[in-house]
Amino acid sequence: MTVIDDRPADVGGVGTAPWRKEDAHLVTGQTTWTDNLAPVGTLHMAFVRATMAHARIGSIDTSEAAGMPNVVGVFTGADFAEECPTLPCAWPVTPDMVHPAHPPIAVGKVRFAGDPVAVVVARDRASAVDAAETVLVDYEPLPAVVDMEQSLTDEVVLHEDEGTNKAFFFSMPTGADIDETFAGADVVVKRRFIQQRLLPTPIEPRAVLCIPQAASGDFTIYSATQIPHILRTMLAVVTGMPEHKIRVIAPDVGGGFGAKLQVTGEEVIALLVAKRLGRPVKWTETRSETNLTMHHGRGQIQDIEIAATKDGKLLGLKVDLLADMGAYLMLVTPGVPILGAFMYPAIYKMDAYRFNCTGVFTTKTPTDAYRGAGRPEATFAIERIMDELADELDMDPMELRKLNWITHEEFPYEMVAGLTYDSGNYEAATARAMELFDYEGLRAEQAQRRADGDRIQLGIGISTFTEMCGLAPSRVLGQLDYGAGGWEAATVRMLPSGKVQVVTGSSPHGQGHETTLSQITSSALGVPFDDIEVLHGDTQVSPMGLDTYGSRSLVVGGIALQKAAGKVVDKARKLAAHLLEASEDDIEFADGTFSVKGSPDASKSIQELALAIFAAHDYPEDMEPDLTGHAIFDPENFSYPHGTHLCAVEIDTETGHTSIRTYVAVDDVGKVINPQIVEGQVHGGIAQGIAQALYEGVVYDDDGNLVTGTLVDYLVPAAPDLPSFTTDRTETPAANELGVKGVGEAGTIASTPAVVNAVVDALRPYGVHDVEMPCTPERVWRAIQSGQKGGAQ
Amino acid sequence: MTVDGTDYTDDVEPRTLLVHHLREALGLTGTNVGCDTSNCGACTVHVDGQSVKSCTMLAIQADGREVLTIQGLADTWDGEGSLHPLQQAFHEAHALQCGYCTPGMIMASLDLLAENPDPSDDEVRHGLEGNLCRCTGYQNIVKAVRAAAVQIRQGSTKSQEVPA
Repeated sequence: MTVIDDRPADVGGVGTAPWRKEDAHLVTGQTTWTDNLAPVGTLHMAFVRATMAHARIGSIDTSEAAGMPNVVGVFTGADFAEECPTLPCAWPVTPDMVHPAHPPIAVGKVRFAGDPVAVVVARDRASAVDAAETVLVDYEPLPAVVDMEQSLTDEVVLHEDEGTNKAFFFSMPTGADIDETFAGADVVVKRRFIQQRLLPTPIEPRAVLCIPQAASGDFTIYSATQIPHILRTMLAVVTGMPEHKIRVIAPDVGGGFGAKLQVTGEEVIALLVAKRLGRPVKWTETRSETNLTMHHGRGQIQDIEIAATKDGKLLGLKVDLLADMGAYLMLVTPGVPILGAFMYPAIYKMDAYRFNCTGVFTTKTPTDAYRGAGRPEATFAIERIMDELADELDMDPMELRKLNWITHEEFPYEMVAGLTYDSGNYEAATARAMELFDYEGLRAEQAQRRADGDRIQLGIGISTFTEMCGLAPSRVLGQLDYGAGGWEAATVRMLPSGKVQVVTGSSPHGQGHETTLSQITSSALGVPFDDIEVLHGDTQVSPMGLDTYGSRSLVVGGIALQKAAGKVVDKARKLAAHLLEASEDDIEFADGTFSVKGSPDASKSIQELALAIFAAHDYPEDMEPDLTGHAIFDPENFSYPHGTHLCAVEIDTETGHTSIRTYVAVDDVGKVINPQIVEGQVHGGIAQGIAQALYEGVVYDDDGNLVTGTLVDYLVPAAPDLPSFTTDRTETPAANELGVKGVGEAGTIASTPAVVNAVVDALRPYGVHDVEMPCTPERVWRAIQSGQKGGAQ
Repeated sequence: MTVDGTDYTDDVEPRTLLVHHLREALGLTGTNVGCDTSNCGACTVHVDGQSVKSCTMLAIQADGREVLTIQGLADTWDGEGSLHPLQQAFHEAHALQCGYCTPGMIMASLDLLAENPDPSDDEVRHGLEGNLCRCTGYQNIVKAVRAAAVQIRQGSTKSQEVPA
């Protein structure tokens, strides 16, 4: 079976939309998901998990399980306590952060429903699951701590050795004196917003397979992970095993959204069991386990206060966050709300800003990065309160934004939060969005419906967002006490036949790296798109890398590739000059061919030079016979995509049902490598942001049991739940070598406030000033009822 | 049972789900498992020409029946060695990103088009409500299914009959 592609051969460079290289095997089912793999003799793991949120573990009786057919071993936390005392947290956000031990299998206590208590290893998965059901755990129940404010009373402490449920307090006052600013303001608006917990829900659940090589002491680990490189290093760090004996492969990975940016207990246990038993060990989670134990996203209470003049000029912003860590700190759990610290001022000029954040332990699944990680929360709060301020000032919310945003001639602009935005044109993106949306027309219709008392009310929501992505400048990460850098690696190799091998340290799970990076290479080297192969996701093939998250693969990894390709061109130029008997200064390079200025017949293609350097019969004395280019790129700054998203909703005021009538997104992600892939990222991102606004929310009961434990109870939107989006772009090049900005998270960051602003806008005549997410029909209906009685703030 | 045109005779445990039999006994790993409550549709295959979530069916219930998975789909199309129009359309319209839902999404789309050869956007969306995609936001899936519909109306599919 082959893919038919009869389009012109010049499709393949930067700015074109070649169909993805990744697709052929995905649409035909010839895939390599981790769960597809099982070498002969593979043992399967099934975990026994805590059935209550908080309890002391009395005894664990594994005797029946151990005697069941096909069972090879049953292990508890004590069996691994010495080999791996704790899973890693790489981001101590304050020097005095409380960092309790997080053993891969619970020891002594369980702290959330789902915490692993034992693992059964058997010759087949069904036997492992059957045996796991017979393990008897004697629990001494302790009170659950579900609510963050209740947790901070420390009446019940999760980590008794630490003596407190407060993980950290982080404070960042910047700019002018905040108290004086607020005291001198004409208007102050204060709101509390709730960022509900979300399940990231990649459609591929987690899976891991560890294959030991007993004689050499080598271990090969296949994992459904976003971070093969970080995982390898962390597995070595937490187990004390030698890093060079661990190879991690991320084969086909079915989505991540931040949830596979993690070093999980199950991965560590697979390694340690494989080491102990000397046989391949595999684990694939069920979706119920995913919901229960894959880290959750969001989970914040946001108190935000904004000060302005009576004319609408912003003066200052105060943010006080409670951030739900869950039961333990995982890889970057504490850092997620801190990434938001820099984003609350968004695109607006103001002189004073104070960000406070308290990290809180609760007896719930740990939280960590989910698409946007801290920035969606921040963007939601600022875009929501801008609408509330506009309402207070009786201004059009778009006019309020225009009055306060950075204008395009002011870039680069140093923000009050300390970042310098390199580029942007908020006016252009907004003008285009308003035109596509028919803003004035919809406002007129809204006024008419209000005047008519129409049962179906129209709401218009605005989100003029920016975000910081492209994680990240290593020096900045160092200042934030993150445990690693933010560079990326790339290698470009010319094969003897002129084909090109690209090695990237970023690790895709749906983003289309093979296509996009081939396009960059094709344009840089002037070789056909189809002559390029992109290798990734295997620490043996790509030994250096920092993987994929934070919209970094293009703006960090792509620029590393551009630099590596540049080194290949420099070497090839030298070789061409030698073979063409010309001075290097007289050599021109265009469309993959080096020629001598003034005599175009004297030329060598870069693909011909690849063969010449392989033969190595004739090359300059001061050159090695090699055309390989390798580069590490450490960005100077973050990337700041921006855009204007406009949403119109229709609300049935009698049932509370909300439907999105029009959604317009104009994004500015700088120069675009592949417009089709960019549009796809925007679509998917918007869908996830709408999901938070209208549909999704993790629910725990008072005893800390997860109520939304399956996809029956947790509403991931399907096709009929979402509208078609109208998307367009403006193109303001970023100040980097490719002019590019990140796009992976932008849609998610932008869309949630656009939708909720529209919902609240529709309901303002009813006295409604907020609806808690997800804005379900029940919540909307209740807001209307209480709003009419004068409540609902 | 017959799967993708090949006859198989196996002894199966009564509790084995069709999807696990396909993946683990027959090695047909093109069909994926995404949940345990029949919500996600990643495991959708066809049994006797109708789409079925293969996690909702026991392998023994497929005894004597004809199963079609994503791995056999292209062979049902006339074009020699080419993809099925749905596969080609998903590729061209960028209707997949990570690709994990794609086999199920395509098999569900095949059933949808068999029932309604010329669906509107809304009809496609409602026809695929049993299949979840977390990457694409569905817009390009709708586009792909409608593009494939045009192609299929113009062409034909080979018989799924297998020589005895």
